[in-house]
Amino acid sequence: MMRARSLALSAAVLLLVQTAYAQVPFDRILKADTEPQNWLTYSGNLNGQRYSKLTQITPANAKELELKWVLQSRPPAEAATKYEATSLVVDGVLYTVQPPNVVIAVDAATGRIFWTHAYIPATTARACCGRVNRGLAILGNRLFMGTLDGNLLALDARDGHEVWKTAIGRPEAGYAVTVAPLVVGDKVIAGPAGGEYGISGFLAAYSADTGKELWRFNTIPRPGEPGNETWAGQSWVHGGGSIWTTGSYDPVLKLLYWGVGNASPDWNGTGREGDNLYTSSVIALEPDTGKLKWFFQFTPHDEFDFDATQVPVLVDAPWHGLPRHLMLFANRNGYFYVLDRVTGEFLLGKPFVKVTWSTGLDAKGRPIRTGHSTPEGSVIYPENQGGTNWYNPAYSQRTGLFYIPSWVDTYSINTSRQDEYVEGNMYNGGGATHNMPGIRSGPVNRRLPELGYGAIQAVDPNTGTVKWQFKMVDVTDSGVLATASDLVFAGSREGYFYALDARTGAVLWKSMTGGQVSAGPMTYEVNGMQYVSVASGNALFTFGLRD
Amino acid sequence: MKFLRAAVWLLTAATSLHAQEGHGATPADIQRGAQIFLSNCTRCHGQDGDAISNVNLFSNKFRHAQTDADLINLLRKGVPGTAMPPGNYSDEQAFAIVAYLHSMATTPRTVSTNTNTGDATRGKTIFEGKGQCLTCHRIGETGGYTGPDLAAIGGARRPPDLERSLTDPNFEIRDENRPVRAVAKDGAVIQGTLLNYDTYSLQLIDTQGNLRALQFDKLKEYEFLKTSPMPSYRDKLTAQEIADIVSYLTGLKGTK
Repeated sequence: MMRARSLALSAAVLLLVQTAYAQVPFDRILKADTEPQNWLTYSGNLNGQRYSKLTQITPANAKELELKWVLQSRPPAEAATKYEATSLVVDGVLYTVQPPNVVIAVDAATGRIFWTHAYIPATTARACCGRVNRGLAILGNRLFMGTLDGNLLALDARDGHEVWKTAIGRPEAGYAVTVAPLVVGDKVIAGPAGGEYGISGFLAAYSADTGKELWRFNTIPRPGEPGNETWAGQSWVHGGGSIWTTGSYDPVLKLLYWGVGNASPDWNGTGREGDNLYTSSVIALEPDTGKLKWFFQFTPHDEFDFDATQVPVLVDAPWHGLPRHLMLFANRNGYFYVLDRVTGEFLLGKPFVKVTWSTGLDAKGRPIRTGHSTPEGSVIYPENQGGTNWYNPAYSQRTGLFYIPSWVDTYSINTSRQDEYVEGNMYNGGGATHNMPGIRSGPVNRRLPELGYGAIQAVDPNTGTVKWQFKMVDVTDSGVLATASDLVFAGSREGYFYALDARTGAVLWKSMTGGQVSAGPMTYEVNGMQYVSVASGNALFTFGLRD
Repeated sequence: MKFLRAAVWLLTAATSLHAQEGHGATPADIQRGAQIFLSNCTRCHGQDGDAISNVNLFSNKFRHAQTDADLINLLRKGVPGTAMPPGNYSDEQAFAIVAYLHSMATTPRTVSTNTNTGDATRGKTIFEGKGQCLTCHRIGETGGYTGPDLAAIGGARRPPDLERSLTDPNFEIRDENRPVRAVAKDGAVIQGTLLNYDTYSLQLIDTQGNLRALQFDKLKEYEFLKTSPMPSYRDKLTAQEIADIVSYLTGLKGTK
């Protein structure tokens, strides 16, 4: 009896302690726009807009921005790897992930380190395109991180110790978790990358409390599941459909939206005849069950590695005079889309860069296909890295413009090939010959100008028209941040980090970081000072106005 | 039998063989290695093996491997802390990839029609004398700055590719050898080789060997040239002399 009472007392004390230290209940994430001093999710909010209501930095004073602190990578972080993470900030503490899986908590005002938790992935881990990580999620006092060797981790936000670890997929077969998870309610949503290794993808929900898998949606439907009939024969088995960029959530409609990666093998469609659902699609799921509500496939039967792994941006705005729940989606395939996010209905689609693989979209948004990968090689615009890619867009609630980091007028030669599936080896079925050097070549550019350029493009969602574009000589792998003071922040491969006028695209300020920006910027406020932070090269740079 | 040969070869490789030595691989091995390379390596390294800065897989020099055994270990385990992932290769497959890498080091992308056998000593004499190559090119600290440094060209290019550069210099101008011409607002002309450029400026090494950074807003005009300043030696030298120069250049492997 005494023991039972003691246990009950202990449990009560434990509950009290947990409650007292709980930093971020889901209600705070739901209302993230009421505390713009913090950055609680990958996109800053659940709607994927990456729009901040902070206004201390303005077009008038942006030229007074200066470097406040830098957090450099040091071993076991891998300085040669792209630093793609977006940081979180909670009540003055900034959490970031240096590649591949080194979590660091720092004072958001000074960059001084509180703690470091270095998770070392198993040597069997493999990733097609860099040992990267795109960031964390938080709920209560727990941080959640995917690992390069196929795990999902929960860490205690106070000291970084590991609380639980759940295996999502086998690293030997190419399953890696690079996506920043998204918390919805009491669930952590994530899925595996590995389309280039012929994985069979899925999006899943895990208990934030225990790490137990609660539901799984197969992005490559199994036999008996709707959509499996869109795969010829057994081609679904290694069909890809990876998850590697964070989705969005509408708490009113109670729908979770997520972009799905390409079909495998990437360049060879022979043998996987059919639309290959749900690759290169956005899916809308019920967050409690993982049940599919609707989907929209941007690139049926993809042969160009055109993942739909872009952030779905949720906007409530008039559409032809009537209020409507919209989804804005700048796709790697070169088209900008507007969908009704209640039903998935196609409303608008327009290329924002040169597109030659299709001549347009039909009334339902299905591409009118003209280009294919061929054994001899086909010139296809946009190039294999796409008109845009995983680097996030942004939407300004003030300007009503949608900002896309774009690769304009670029092409590659797409070649198909018969590849044998071998577990743990690449399964691409061909490849693309680029004019663009890989980002690991460093901030050096000697390409001829006629081979395309990078830009931040501002698109009017009502028409798909590019209202302005800020041209850069080199292409960009940077995300975009919009603020309520009509600023847009973005970076470049050249190493510059910019503040642009959100209405005109004029450069208001720039700083040379000395590395390539391949992450999305974010902003927060501590002690009355607004900061803008972005990873570039192998370090995290944080700027604020001159004291 | 093939597996046995691969196993024996691997055993030998593990003891002392240097990466540049030959190993009796058959054309079929090399073909198989090419297929595996295409499927697994080209996404990062490119078909020519040089898509990553400062990495040329077909130079027979490997930063992380001194022997073939090292190479095989690297192919299977990857390079920790880098983007090079582990691979799931059998002994036979690893053998084939290494055979292909060695083969590519000596396989030109172009076919030579020059049947002469070159003499490196004669080639050096022609290079420094009649050919006047040092006027524009340098080897180490000797020579000019209009063209690229050739001190390690033998490790970077294969003989017929060198020959083609001599006879048809406009056939391919690599990005790292791009000639640039700029005119300042005061009319001064600056010529050199492009090193880098971005939205605001370009960096070049001029024909005198000076590093120059030019701001676009200070220039009247600038142009990336599509033709090489190098003359064709097709009619300036005999086929034998060209073969001699190629032989000389092929031996230039840089310092170790």
